[in-house]
Amino acid sequence: MKPRPFTYLRPDTVAEAAEALSEWKEAARVMAGGQTLIAMLNLRLVDCEAIVDISRVPELSAITRTKTHLEIGAAVTQNRVLSRPELAQEVPLLAKALPWVGHFQTRNKGTVCGSIAHADPSSELPLSLALLGGEVVLRSTRGTRVLKAAEFQRGLLSTAREPDELVTAVRFPLGAKGEGTGFREVARRHGDFAIVSLAARARADAIDLGIGGVADRPAVRTIPRADLSRLDDIVDALAAELGGFEDIHATARYRRDLVRRLARPVIDEALSCSA
Amino acid sequence: MLRIAPGERTLVTFELDGRPVSGHVEPRMLLSDFLRQVAGATGTHVGCEHGVCGCCTVLLDGAASRSCLTLAVQAHGRSVGTVEGLAPGEQALNALQAAFRKHHALQCGFCTPGILMSFTDFLARNPAPTEDQVRDTLSGHICRCTGYAPIVAAVMEAARTLRGDATENAA
Amino acid sequence: MSAPAIRSAQAEAPSRPPRAKDRQSSSPLGQPIPRKEDEALLRGRGRYADDVPAPAGTLHAYVVRSPIPHGLIRRIDVSRALALPGVHAVLTGEDVARLSDPFLVALKQPIPQWTLAVERVRFVGEPVALVLAEDRYIAEDASELVDIAYEPLPAIVDPEEAVAEGAPLVHPDCKSNEVSRRDFTYGDPDKAFAEADKVVKLRVDYPRNSFMPMECFVVVAQFRPSDGSFDVLANFQGPFSAHPVMARALRVSGAKLRLRTPADSGGSFGIKLSVFPFVVLMGLAARISGRPVKWVEDRYEHLLAASSGPNRVTHIEAAVKNDGRITALRMDQMEDYGAFLRAPMPGPLYRMHGATTGAYDVPNLYVVNRVVLTNKAPAALIRGFGGPQLYLGLERLVQRIALALDMDVLDVIRKNLVPSGAFPYRAAAGALYDSGDYPLCVDIATGEGRLEDLKRRRDAARAKGRHYGIGFAAVVEPSMSNMGYLSTMIPASARERAGPKNGAVSLATVNVDPLGTVSVTADLTVQGQGHETVISQIVCDQLGLKMDDVVVNLEMDTVKDQWSIAAGTYSCRFSPGTAVAVHHAAGAIRDKLARIAANQLNVLPEDIEFVDGMIRSKTNPDNGLAFARVAGTAHWSPVMLPDGMAPGLRETATWAPPELEPPSGDDRINTSLAYGFVFDMCGVEIDPDTWEVRVDRYVSMHDAGRLLNPLIAEGQIRGAFVQGLATALYEEFRYDDKGGFLTGTLADYLIPTVTEVPEIELLHIESPSPFTALGAKGLAEGNCMSTPVCIANAVADALGIEHVPLPVTPMRLHALMAGPEKTPPRQAKATSTAATAAKREGARELTGSGAVTIGAPVAQVWRALLDPENLKATIPGCHALDVVGENDYRAEVSLGVGPVKGRFRAEVRLSDLDPERSGRLSGGITGPLGDASGAGMLRLEPIEGGTRISYDYEVAVGGRAAAIGGRLLDGAADLVIRQFFERFASRLGASSGAPSASWWNRLTSALRKPQ
Ligand code: FES
Ligand code: FES
Repeated sequence: MKPRPFTYLRPDTVAEAAEALSEWKEAARVMAGGQTLIAMLNLRLVDCEAIVDISRVPELSAITRTKTHLEIGAAVTQNRVLSRPELAQEVPLLAKALPWVGHFQTRNKGTVCGSIAHADPSSELPLSLALLGGEVVLRSTRGTRVLKAAEFQRGLLSTAREPDELVTAVRFPLGAKGEGTGFREVARRHGDFAIVSLAARARADAIDLGIGGVADRPAVRTIPRADLSRLDDIVDALAAELGGFEDIHATARYRRDLVRRLARPVIDEALSCSA
Repeated sequence: MLRIAPGERTLVTFELDGRPVSGHVEPRMLLSDFLRQVAGATGTHVGCEHGVCGCCTVLLDGAASRSCLTLAVQAHGRSVGTVEGLAPGEQALNALQAAFRKHHALQCGFCTPGILMSFTDFLARNPAPTEDQVRDTLSGHICRCTGYAPIVAAVMEAARTLRGDATENAA
Repeated sequence: MSAPAIRSAQAEAPSRPPRAKDRQSSSPLGQPIPRKEDEALLRGRGRYADDVPAPAGTLHAYVVRSPIPHGLIRRIDVSRALALPGVHAVLTGEDVARLSDPFLVALKQPIPQWTLAVERVRFVGEPVALVLAEDRYIAEDASELVDIAYEPLPAIVDPEEAVAEGAPLVHPDCKSNEVSRRDFTYGDPDKAFAEADKVVKLRVDYPRNSFMPMECFVVVAQFRPSDGSFDVLANFQGPFSAHPVMARALRVSGAKLRLRTPADSGGSFGIKLSVFPFVVLMGLAARISGRPVKWVEDRYEHLLAASSGPNRVTHIEAAVKNDGRITALRMDQMEDYGAFLRAPMPGPLYRMHGATTGAYDVPNLYVVNRVVLTNKAPAALIRGFGGPQLYLGLERLVQRIALALDMDVLDVIRKNLVPSGAFPYRAAAGALYDSGDYPLCVDIATGEGRLEDLKRRRDAARAKGRHYGIGFAAVVEPSMSNMGYLSTMIPASARERAGPKNGAVSLATVNVDPLGTVSVTADLTVQGQGHETVISQIVCDQLGLKMDDVVVNLEMDTVKDQWSIAAGTYSCRFSPGTAVAVHHAAGAIRDKLARIAANQLNVLPEDIEFVDGMIRSKTNPDNGLAFARVAGTAHWSPVMLPDGMAPGLRETATWAPPELEPPSGDDRINTSLAYGFVFDMCGVEIDPDTWEVRVDRYVSMHDAGRLLNPLIAEGQIRGAFVQGLATALYEEFRYDDKGGFLTGTLADYLIPTVTEVPEIELLHIESPSPFTALGAKGLAEGNCMSTPVCIANAVADALGIEHVPLPVTPMRLHALMAGPEKTPPRQAKATSTAATAAKREGARELTGSGAVTIGAPVAQVWRALLDPENLKATIPGCHALDVVGENDYRAEVSLGVGPVKGRFRAEVRLSDLDPERSGRLSGGITGPLGDASGAGMLRLEPIEGGTRISYDYEVAVGGRAAAIGGRLLDGAADLVIRQFFERFASRLGASSGAPSASWWNRLTSALRKPQ
């Protein structure tokens, strides 16, 4: 369990990072916290020629609050975000979901952007970003572009990031007054990959329901409040539509039934914290 | 931009438990291997090399981190804290270590160094934790021997001691 | 027998029964003394095997392992690996077969096992080659360059299928995969069954798992050509009956295999017996390379193939009377040892044999024991060793009996327990239970409101419509095995010819140096229990010293230390075994010193006492000498010694209890020396939404005789409890039905963390064993035996189910309990009924289907399908494609999802062609990431504006990808197959996309090309 040889690149600026990626393209992997990547390197699951370590790029370590967003730079660790005293007011869903991401020890190095860029269908942060309709900022030598979360994550471990692009930041919309959120996850052990995770946001006229772990990427549906009386049918159909994957810990059917059973409590939680 | 070719050995230097260490290593060498094989600091253990067991946990600039999920080159210029730097001296253990001994919070001791490092970081940030918070942090470690309950008790007692809450401690 | 002392774990100052011998009140024995070991371990100064500095010039080894469960090795090409700079040698089965012999096996069956596979591989993870290199990184690089061609054979995974007619044979020279079968009858079970009021039957399946230690295997081997001897350091745990097995394999005498164990070990739980094949392998590697060789197993290797407990299928039935009395038991126990029998297997099937009736007074018994081989990793020693398997059947059956008779489970238990006052009690199959009071234990555990509380919780939960159940388990916990138990496996006549095997020897040495420092060595291996502390307590108890005055060294050196075949740390042999030897050795030193001191103090030896470092007259405490002074006499002034006394102060004591007799002519065997008792009781609640099982309250009551150190005792019980909990709810080695291994990381093999572990309440009574000098019994295995079945019983009670599949995972309960699905998905990936879902578990094939619409006429699509150039452009990641026959291709491809990618060799075939209508696409890929094979049907139909291709597929994935990446496989298979059609469509001009998935629409439309 040792990594194969690779070229190690440690840019000092975003521009350098973008240059490195434009040189190496798909032969390079970007490493921010390394909590997923190095594990995969050790297991020799990943074959890459170069590692671009962005953990020491000062420009990427900022957390910025704008009028509409909390923008989190690519080198910002999960624990740094979680330890913001005002996080529960800023992005309440993030405050609920982050404690489910790995463990205290991995959150010390693991980054928010890294988790989103990795696009694991069971991860909490891509689900949160998708549910809230957040954005991903991408930078390359060709320029900068901003994608909606739904445009960014394309499928299982796949995103719209071009090989020469670097995720420089993600933007979580700030929670609005009167909104409420809920989060629930089922995993075999605390800190394990979710079998199913659910997030909900209650807005004035509708509920957003997000489901992770079932399909190849987070699924988000908006349910008008008027339709809440038919919630069971809606969720039942949604579960059937998502289908679900099989693995040794869960059948697809079990995943679907978790969605059917847990959507309501998560929505209730969101409703109960909305004003 | 720092650039190291595969197989090329570069000088990595960092502060290990307050003292400088260095070695020439390939970029792919894990920090856990550097500590054990280059620096001879065998107090840090390796149990899985994929980030689950927690045996290899060290402090990286004060933050508890998996040394098996860290490249040695990433530690360059930083400070690394391990179990070997915890005790204040030859005569005494620190509060956390002493509480582990008192509560029989270790058996084979293989998981122990990592757990001690996690709680060194954790207690510095959370001097008055609840038992649930302690459990949450401990869930980043696997211990095969103790059944965990004595570890939770030891951390809670160490927290009290560190707060200077001697009365409760004596109880 | 005196009444046992009762103690609660919470009590600060435990009350103790009076001692047999009166001792100084300052004696540390029986006190909850913190451990001596901890000081070093807490400072990171442990000396574990991997910490020991390796000799100069040490090479690092990496084991190349079989990715397939069964097959013939056709060719091994090591040239590319050898060419890698830093690589020194690559060993294969040929080298091993030339220089060593297969391991001795307990059964007379042709089951030869070398340390590397010879000609054939029989399980995923079986060592096939060994790379030796400058460092571990290079060794791993080289391992990927060892080119091995296998001819796969059908594998057998399920033990019941393994014994069916026509099953593939794991060892073709054995006539059957059932390599041993014996029937045993005690009393008259047939009569009891004929006279029974009711017969209650049950089948249980005990799963495969391992109480794997956090430290993996480590071996450092050296070879001395001058005398042809091997010097090996390994974190081996014993039993040292494996030492002759290793020496024989290496073709040397015992003394020429110097096996040493390090000062510290990162846990073992039985598992580190199984390092022994690697002791031999690294010894051979050192011999071949002429360099010291070090191997540190990694977690992937450990999970794959280090060791495992055997899985067992038990059919059990009881003859019962209407009042709840069990008059007879019948059991058919089929134990699956995987691909090989490692010495001393099949131990777990026989270790409990004398105690097969457990805690119950059942006079009539019929047992069938079968040993079965399958294409799984070999099973071996594990904490509990046969107990968990036995009690899962027995204690589940007791719950079923209560249901069948409409009785309270506790009443059935009480009715059948070996009665108080019956000790020593001879069980039907021969075990001699030394002491105890089982009914009292049950009374205490269920008393003081504990059972009432459980019932209150249950009733409250049930009143709210929640699933809550209560479970019980009563188990007898044996300690210190009779070395002769395994010979029960062969018929009495054969035993007679071979000569009797029995007993268990324990050895310890106490040494006092000229300065009066006491040092101790003993015949055990360190695993973290705290033997250094307890041995110090025993010695201090005898010699009136302080804990720090005693130095205990438990590093084993087979050339220099005392040991016999029973040596090692396993089957709870410390308390009734080595501890007694230490006690006797220290007693001999005490007697000698007492005589020397009596001589010098002018008193009788009987008047001498040892207190606080002084040896003095009991009647006149002022008349005394310092311990060191008296000890010095034996070294410095032999002339001053009493007449006839030998100088020096070193005593080795041997302890071999007479109760451990060989099996009798009618197959009765006292399998162990001491027998403790455990009674557990728990309440569980099952979440009706997620089917997660939560242990709400757990009470565990123990009688392990005298506790030598209650702090350590409690630690052992807590640790075993979590391992029992893990068996019940979390841990399992999973194989698919073709023998692929699926749990190759700690993210899939689920060891509980603290958040999965409930509080437990511990209770003790102490019924000292009359057969051991200290009255102590083992206690470290009990909860591995009692907890799985106690939880299973509670789950059965909560849900009203008979078969409780262990581990009881949410997925399995869901499959059992969830009814038909309201709205099944359109393209069902999973089967929709509970019954088939349960059956499907373990099926290797990933299945899927889809359709794509292409804007080209059918004829053109068909031509494209058969065109190699087009295939080359269509197969994802295809670097090269060679035509090897009509519609038969070889290719080099890069495949993967996201960052997970690998290079593979692929074979692709088109067959069953029905022109312009349908065809079959099949093939396989192999590479370092694993292998996959599959087939799919394609159907073409003309539609408006083009062609619609619909497909379905079945893919089986094995090797590394399946072991490590299981969570993503299903999705990955889907993705890769869709990619194929996506590219196919895009080359020909896709018009409108595939069915349900909307991303597919986007993708195909994005990729559409003008024709
Ligand atoms: S060795 Fe690093 S987490 Fe297990
Ligand atoms: S003390 Fe052995 S693993 Fe924790």
